[in-house]
Amino acid sequence: MNLKLKIWRQKDAEDKGKMVAYNVTDISEHMSFLEMLDVLNEQLVNSGEEPVAFDHDCREGICGMCSLYINGEAHGPDRGVTTCQLHMRMFNDGDTIFIEPFRAKAFPVIKDLVVDRSAFDRIQQSGGYISVNTSGNTQDANAIPIPKADADEAMDAATCIGCGACVATCKNSSAMLFVGAKVSQYALLPQGKVEAKDRVMNMVNQMDKEGFGNCTNTGACEVECPKGISLTNIARMNREYFSASVTED
Amino acid sequence: MSNRKGTTSVGRKILMALSGLFLIVFLLQHCTINFLSVVAPDTFNEVSQFMGTNPLIQYALQPVLAFGVFFHLIMGIYLERKNRNARPIKYAMDKPATNSSWMSRNMIITGIMVMLFLAVHFYDFWLPELNTKFLKGDMSGLNAAGEYRYMEEMAHKFSNAGRVILYVLSFIFLSLHLLHGFQSAFQSVGFNHNKYTPTIKRLGNLYAIVVPAVFIFIALFHYFNQHA
Repeated sequence: MNLKLKIWRQKDAEDKGKMVAYNVTDISEHMSFLEMLDVLNEQLVNSGEEPVAFDHDCREGICGMCSLYINGEAHGPDRGVTTCQLHMRMFNDGDTIFIEPFRAKAFPVIKDLVVDRSAFDRIQQSGGYISVNTSGNTQDANAIPIPKADADEAMDAATCIGCGACVATCKNSSAMLFVGAKVSQYALLPQGKVEAKDRVMNMVNQMDKEGFGNCTNTGACEVECPKGISLTNIARMNREYFSASVTED
Repeated sequence: MSNRKGTTSVGRKILMALSGLFLIVFLLQHCTINFLSVVAPDTFNEVSQFMGTNPLIQYALQPVLAFGVFFHLIMGIYLERKNRNARPIKYAMDKPATNSSWMSRNMIITGIMVMLFLAVHFYDFWLPELNTKFLKGDMSGLNAAGEYRYMEEMAHKFSNAGRVILYVLSFIFLSLHLLHGFQSAFQSVGFNHNKYTPTIKRLGNLYAIVVPAVFIFIALFHYFNQHA
C-alpha cells in the first residue's frame, strides 16, 4: 500500500517543530507500524534527508518505548497494543496518517517523535519499591502466604510497562493510571504494606512536581493502555492516599 | 510527606468529589420539595416556610451549601486551568471520542452552564427571599391576603416562557454534568469495586436523568397550568 504521512519533525528540544508531509510506498499490510517507519527512514537516508527519530527497543510489546500518537490515538487505532504490535493492515491504501510524539508538559520532546519520560523514573524512585536487604539470606517470597486473588491483582498492576500512553491520551495529561498501578502492585502484597503510607504520599507529591495534570475520570487511559491496566488501580491509590493522609503522624 | 494533603492532585480530586456528593444530596431534597408544588401545594408551602425559617437550616446548613457550591466552582475552574497547562502543545490530530464520553471531557462546560443558571436562579428566588426575610424582617411567609406566598411566587416565575426555556436548557446541562459526575465522585473517593461499581453507574445514570427531568416537569407543569 501507498501512504501519506504527516510526521512531527523537531530538530532538538529547543526547536519549535512542525508537521512535515511524506509519501511512503510499497508498504506490506503485514508490517508493523515501526517497520513502516523503518522503510520511510530508508527512503529518507537514500535521498540524503535526515531520518525520523523514534524510540523503539524490544519490538515485542513489553518495553513501552514507542511513544507515538497515531491518527489521534496513543499507539494508534488498535486496542491493547504498543506501536510495534500495530500492524499496517489497520490502515487502507492511500490513507493519510498523522504521527506525533506523546504530548505532555512532563514529557518534553527531545527530537522528532522521541520524548523524555524520565519523569516516570523519578516517580518510581520516590517510592515505587520495597526496601529489602539482599545480603544473601533473603527470605523466600513464598514463605508469606498471599491470597491468590491479591497476587493476581498485584500482578495485573505490575504489568504496567510505563509507556506513558495513559498520559498521552488523557485530556489532562494525568499520570494517575501509571502511579495507581505502581502503588497498587505493592499495596496488595504484605511486603508492600510496611512502606505503604510513605510510598503513596511521596509518589503523588513527585507526580505533581513533574507537572502532570489531574485525573477527571474520563477513563481514556484505561481504554488506550496496551496492558489493560484498570481504573480500579486509581481508586486504590485514592484510598491509599486518603488513608495515609488521615493516619500519618 | 512534604506537601499538605489537600493541595496535592489526589487531595484536590477527593475534595472535589466530596463537595459534588454533598451537592447531589442537596439536589435530591430540593427536587423532592419542589415536586410537592405539583402534587401537594399546601405541603409545599409548609415545607418552604419550615426550610426558610428553621435556624439550623438557615444559619448552619445554608452557609455550608453556599460554601459547597462556591468551592465546587472555584476548584473546578482551578483544576481545569492546571490541566490545560499540563499539555502546552496540543495534538494536530486527536480523537478523544474513541476512548471517552463527551460528558466526561466537558465537565467544565456543563458545570459553568449550571453555575450561570444558578446566578439566574439565585436572582429569581434566593435574593428575593433574603431581602424579604433578613432586610425587611418579614419571616411570616405570608402574602397580603394572609396566605403562604411560596406557591404563588413560584408559579408566577414559571409563567414566563423565556424563563421556562432557560430552566429546561439548564437542567439538560445539569443532567449531562451528573451523567459523569455521579459515578466519577465515587471513583475519586476511592470506591471502585467489581461488584458494586456497575450498580453505582446505573444509579448515577438514573439520578442524572430523573432528577433534572423532574425539575423540567415542575417548570413545564406550572407554565402550562397558567396558560392552559
